[in-house]
Amino acid sequence: MITPKPAHLQPRYDVVVVGGGPAGLAAAVGARESGAERVLVIDREPEAGGILQQCIHPGFGLHHFGEELTGPEYAQRAIEQTIERDVDVLSSAYVLDVAADRRLKVTSRDHGIAILDAGAVVLAMGARERTRAAIRIPGERPAGVMTAGFAQKLVNLGGLLPGRRAVILGSGDIGLIMARRLVLEGVEVEGVYELMPHANGLNRNIVQCLHDYDIPLHLSTTVVHIDGRERVERVTVAPVDDSFRPNMAQARDIPCDTLLVSIGLIPDNELAHRLGLRLDPVTTGPVVTSTMETTRDGVFACGNVVHIHDLVDYVSEESTLAGRGAGAYATGTPSVPDNVRLTPGENVRYCVPPTITTDREHTVYMRVTKPMAPCTLHLGDVYKRPLRYVFPGEMVTLKVRPRFLEGFHGGSLPVSIVPREEGGSA
Amino acid sequence: MSEVHRDDTHVSHYLCIGCPLGCRLEVEEEDGEIVEIRGQSCKRGEVFARQEHTDPRRVVTTTVAVDGGRWPRLPVKTAGDVPKGAVVDVCRLLHGLRLEAPVAIGQLIAADALGTGVDVVASRDLPRK
Repeated sequence: MITPKPAHLQPRYDVVVVGGGPAGLAAAVGARESGAERVLVIDREPEAGGILQQCIHPGFGLHHFGEELTGPEYAQRAIEQTIERDVDVLSSAYVLDVAADRRLKVTSRDHGIAILDAGAVVLAMGARERTRAAIRIPGERPAGVMTAGFAQKLVNLGGLLPGRRAVILGSGDIGLIMARRLVLEGVEVEGVYELMPHANGLNRNIVQCLHDYDIPLHLSTTVVHIDGRERVERVTVAPVDDSFRPNMAQARDIPCDTLLVSIGLIPDNELAHRLGLRLDPVTTGPVVTSTMETTRDGVFACGNVVHIHDLVDYVSEESTLAGRGAGAYATGTPSVPDNVRLTPGENVRYCVPPTITTDREHTVYMRVTKPMAPCTLHLGDVYKRPLRYVFPGEMVTLKVRPRFLEGFHGGSLPVSIVPREEGGSA
Repeated sequence: MSEVHRDDTHVSHYLCIGCPLGCRLEVEEEDGEIVEIRGQSCKRGEVFARQEHTDPRRVVTTTVAVDGGRWPRLPVKTAGDVPKGAVVDVCRLLHGLRLEAPVAIGQLIAADALGTGVDVVASRDLPRK
């Protein structure tokens, strides 16, 4: 039986990681690997592992661990890696503030309020789900309206059912996974409603979570009203036109006691705001360098705090890098400043990191604006690669090798993804 | 979804799960034999269509009640895939169990679930409260 050892809180750590999900755990491992001696992970839940602990379905770990794991299995492996490296984990704890000199104010069940100093800080708080308030659904405010992820926590960790008859708004993967989960637990799922004309989740989840259980997916349709005094009694749905205006003439009432919303994630950046970090208006996460350092010296960020990932494997990869950067900073090894700026061009929404160096290999993550197939990814005129397809829901990763940039002496490189004629040369 | 044509061929429809392209696959069957698979844009689509048509299988994950543990439920999974038609019954079987903490990851929860030949195992350590 493996549990992280209880932390004997010290006044000073080489690296303090805020958040014990997959990002924070991988960052802690990275920090130890790069020479940091005392590393502390602070997490608000009773145990580390983050959202993975409630994601009981398979589909994780193929890239990072080379086999398909469930969320809890992935979490346990990540936790074991921190235990093997003597990382301290302080659970049931919350970071109230981080000052620019990296002094943290922490409150916890076991230690009350404590002040800690850190040689480097890694922000790994993850993301929050957008709620009903984010899309302003009109109607009453009864019990029974909740995010899909919260329902997942109730069901999978708490053993509680959210209701008896549910409607799901949003076809993101968490909503699809919960549709199946509720059916298997005996809850009736009336249908999944999606504002956009296409589903947001993976085809695997459309097939295995909806088709397998005959749960209808209604595209270009949204919830326009919620009714109920104490508890949800019904929701009204209506189809929308091309500019997302509901057609109330075709509205229909659905009796139900539960509405789950699965309408996207937003980086959890309260601490980033408190620190006055520069944020990227597109990702809404902190602007980072190629070592995942933010605009404050010695403050690093990784995982869904920086940008929303679709695979936890990439979170672990990116966060290990952030941890290494933090460990190097804390032990006095300066990083090489970035000298290449990647500027998003055609069909590229953003690149993380937005800047890189010419002296080593970098993994650059990017998201596209619209689907395209087949297409070609261009890195300025120094490198290009054919791609079978790109989709907004699937992150594109690019390994930028030093040889691509031979003879390139710094400056800006536009990154673009453009259509390619079938059979044409890339 | 499937349809029967006048010439006695059956066409079944599948959505490919291999990648986000989501190819609409068609499996045409005549006298119980697959005669053509259409709609795929790569080999994976054909393999998937054949498997889904002849022997669809799924890994089952759910939770089991636990007394005295950190959480009241233990996540479990089938160690391999089981026939799609058995998924609901495997869940029903597992939902009838009640365990005592602690439980270790990989621990056998149900051997040869419903005669599928597939074991159900714990997918995490669950320490005592």
